[in-house]
Amino acid sequence: MKRNNRDSADSARRITRRALLLGGAQLAFGGVLAMRMRYMQVDQADEFRLLAEENRVKVRLLPPARGEMFDRNGAVIAKNEPSYRIVLVPEDAGDVEQVIARLANLIELDPDELAKARKEISQNAPFRPVTLADRVSWEAISRVAVNAPALPGITPEVGLSRQYPLGPDMAHVAGYVGPVSDYDLSKIDAPDQLLLIPRFQIGKVGVEAKLEDSLRGKAGNKQVEVNSAGREMRELNRREGQPGANLQLTIDHRLQNYVQARLGRESAAAVVMDCESGDILCAASAPSFDPNLFVRGISVKDYRDLTENKYRPLANKAVQGLYPPGSTFKMVTVLAALEAGEVTPDETVYCPGHMEISNRRFHCWKRAGHGQVDLLTSLRESCDVYYYDLALRVGIEKISEMARKLGLGERYDIPMSAIARGRAPTKDWKLETYGQDWVVGDTVNASIGQGYVLASPIQLAVMTARMATGRALAPRLVKSIDGVEQPMPSDAELDVNPEHLRLVRRAMYSVSNHRKGTAYGSRIIEDELRLAGKTGTSQVRNITAEERRRGVTRNEDLPWERRDHALFVNFAPYKDPKFAVAVVVEHGGGGSTAAAPIARDITLQALYDGEPPLEAYPKAARSKVKAQQERLRRERREFLKRESDRA
Amino acid sequence: MSYLEYAVKTVPSGLRKVLYLNWPLILLLTAVCSVGFLMLYSVAGGSFQPWAEAQMKRFGLGMAVLFVVAMVPIWFWRNVAGVAYLASLALLLFVEFFGSVGMGAQRWIDLGFMRLQPSEMAKITLVMLLAAYYDWLPMKKVSHPIWVAVPLFLILLPTALVLNQPDLGTSLLLVFGGAAVMFFAGVHWGYFTAVIGIGIGLVTAVFQTRGTQWQLLKDYQYRRIDTFLDPASDPLGAGYHITQSKIALGSGGWTGRGFMQGTQSRLNFLPEKHTDFIFTTLAEEFGFIGAVSLLVLYVLIIIFCVASAVANRDRFSSLLILGIGVTFFLFFAVNMSMVMGMAPVVGVPLPLVSYGGSSMLVLLGAFGLVQSAHVHRPR
Repeated sequence: MKRNNRDSADSARRITRRALLLGGAQLAFGGVLAMRMRYMQVDQADEFRLLAEENRVKVRLLPPARGEMFDRNGAVIAKNEPSYRIVLVPEDAGDVEQVIARLANLIELDPDELAKARKEISQNAPFRPVTLADRVSWEAISRVAVNAPALPGITPEVGLSRQYPLGPDMAHVAGYVGPVSDYDLSKIDAPDQLLLIPRFQIGKVGVEAKLEDSLRGKAGNKQVEVNSAGREMRELNRREGQPGANLQLTIDHRLQNYVQARLGRESAAAVVMDCESGDILCAASAPSFDPNLFVRGISVKDYRDLTENKYRPLANKAVQGLYPPGSTFKMVTVLAALEAGEVTPDETVYCPGHMEISNRRFHCWKRAGHGQVDLLTSLRESCDVYYYDLALRVGIEKISEMARKLGLGERYDIPMSAIARGRAPTKDWKLETYGQDWVVGDTVNASIGQGYVLASPIQLAVMTARMATGRALAPRLVKSIDGVEQPMPSDAELDVNPEHLRLVRRAMYSVSNHRKGTAYGSRIIEDELRLAGKTGTSQVRNITAEERRRGVTRNEDLPWERRDHALFVNFAPYKDPKFAVAVVVEHGGGGSTAAAPIARDITLQALYDGEPPLEAYPKAARSKVKAQQERLRRERREFLKRESDRA
Repeated sequence: MSYLEYAVKTVPSGLRKVLYLNWPLILLLTAVCSVGFLMLYSVAGGSFQPWAEAQMKRFGLGMAVLFVVAMVPIWFWRNVAGVAYLASLALLLFVEFFGSVGMGAQRWIDLGFMRLQPSEMAKITLVMLLAAYYDWLPMKKVSHPIWVAVPLFLILLPTALVLNQPDLGTSLLLVFGGAAVMFFAGVHWGYFTAVIGIGIGLVTAVFQTRGTQWQLLKDYQYRRIDTFLDPASDPLGAGYHITQSKIALGSGGWTGRGFMQGTQSRLNFLPEKHTDFIFTTLAEEFGFIGAVSLLVLYVLIIIFCVASAVANRDRFSSLLILGIGVTFFLFFAVNMSMVMGMAPVVGVPLPLVSYGGSSMLVLLGAFGLVQSAHVHRPR
């Protein structure tokens, strides 16, 4: 059956026509495809290439090593120690629970940490390492390493963690670090990327917090190629960061250690200042705490013990504690009066044991009175009436002005947390704060360092150093940053007549070297090293007229928190002042009995740069001092042994 | 119908047929397949395993099939067209009930050495049957409604089965491939313009009614369309594949990153990097020049097919060659449009380049038919 020729010719023509038509359409579409390729690969290539890089390259931060901290002699205050942690990569582990169970047989696992790790495992990608145990001992690490074949996916990792080898001695000065909290972040406008790393630690208090920017350093980074699941395939580029700056503090750790031990279980603070440079050689606050607890993450119980302790171990009383300076303020009053020309050194005031001012009776601490007192005896025997009299003549404004000249009521620029400003009150201040007029009784109270006057131990040390040297010294806490010596904050002449200062110094000398001086019992008998000081006993309660009639209750019979604060300020040696010392014992009783002996011991320790010979003490005190020195040595030995056991 | 219609005496016989093969077309096919080997080697990270080597074996097998099919006279293939069509329908039904479901829900039969996808076969057997149908149908009746309804039914039967798998890409290829053969056979223009008109009207209606109470699609279906139109709106969800594909492709530039230097595919940003999205790897590594070169190879294959069809005076042969050419064209056009973000992701491989056994064997078999038609053409 042959096909019709016409038919087939017609068919062939039609097919050819349509084939060429559709073939042309196909060709045209091929052209469209080519144009689209050109548009994407040539015209838009840069844009897409950028997107591809973003896809492929991730930047990872390299945390810098935190700067270390040393004392003035190079002893380590804060360092970075390798810390070992055990990390699990769930992907490599296979049966995660089984591996964890095996690990638990080998080393102790903290249930909290484990619960956190399990949560992370369930949420993260399986190749993301999860920390199972942090800060494990070297022994535990080696046990894990030996059993590695049975523990797939487990790797020991080493990181850096902060350590404070001096423990409680430096806790208040150096402070401590801890993980970044949301609260920390909320305080910073544009937080460093580093702060967003989980478990990254920053300074929380003290120098660690205040000099955080220097200590932290700059993060490095590495560019890594990642695949679509975020796993690192290879490192493309690495830029090392800059480690944090090392700090050298002005603190002498041996002196600090001694003072901290000497303050013992009292709630007390002591500051030693170098009269040459203004360096803070010691800023002790007792009781103290172990900053290492905070780095590791303090337990709730330990933390409660610290916060509920009525001696407030967490407070740095040396700069945060504010106390009425009591009689240690009398130098300020007398200097103000001398400068104002309101009193001469030989002028005497009669002290009958009290003074009537605007129908109110102000008492001298000595009920029977001191009789006729001049400048020297008033300071030596701490006669209150003499200062009441001076206060009435000088007025509060001049007294406060002198207080500020001597460094009270001023916040120093040192890197410590929550430094208190203290208070050198003025009439305006009272009106602004309380909306009340200043009354003469306020001036009278202020003249003996009570009432509205408040000072911190460091301010009292600065005051003493300024009087001892005639220079407007200011405290310095950081000796050098990364080897660069920090300048002395201030070295101006004090705007006070040197003759007047000399008079006050002589009076202070007699406080602790004259038989009738309030601190005679706490004198130094080595001639070259004799100290000049002033006791202070500041009331924290009102003594009613009725109580006065009955007889003032003795401190020992009062509850602790109502007892007087004991204060002592001094400088030594008298002839060529090297150190200024201020000691405050909270609710310690009398300044001469509770504070002066401590100050004397501290002064001698500083003068001898170590344990002083018994010959420096008066004969009567030697047996007691000897026993005390032995006790402190024993405690130190025990402390060191505990530390080495723990390490 | 019989072979007597052909001037058998003028047709080469025996091994002499080899000389009369359309050799340029064979060379072009080999070149395209070689591009595939190269890319499969590259996406495996510079290894013949797991894809390149297997693909080469299939190429060898496919070439053998091509030669065997080419040696068999074209009238035999015309005579078995109906049987082949029925066989693929049977296989489609078989996998509907007994087949294995793999990624992308395509169904296949495991033959041990390869997985056979009946839907791939159906594309060719449909074209064969339609070509035979129009070879048998007198020209006068071609545009008669009843005789137009028959091929429509023949197209829709396998399409429905494939759509049910569900495999949208293959269904579209079946419909367009079948329609193309009808067009070549001379079915009246009116039918095609009518269908296109209705299609445009439907699409307009779908979009116009959106947000009104008469809207024709569900909200999620509209969102899918949105994602297609603007993949950037959902870069990690439905738009992820296409966004990543465009990034890889676009970052190639003029000359590409170099062989084996493609970062996006190597780092697994690309989905299906060895199958449907293999073109992006090529484009990333060899750039615009590489991508256009492959396109030129494909277009040359189409041109050779059209030329061979036009030169062939036999109606069945012409229609068969043109139909296979269009099917092949649809393969790469849809795939390239898809990876370049011009069409939705429907799961059509890049012909002869993407990793896949059925597709390679079926396509080379189909080109065997083209060769047979070429060799046994009336002279």
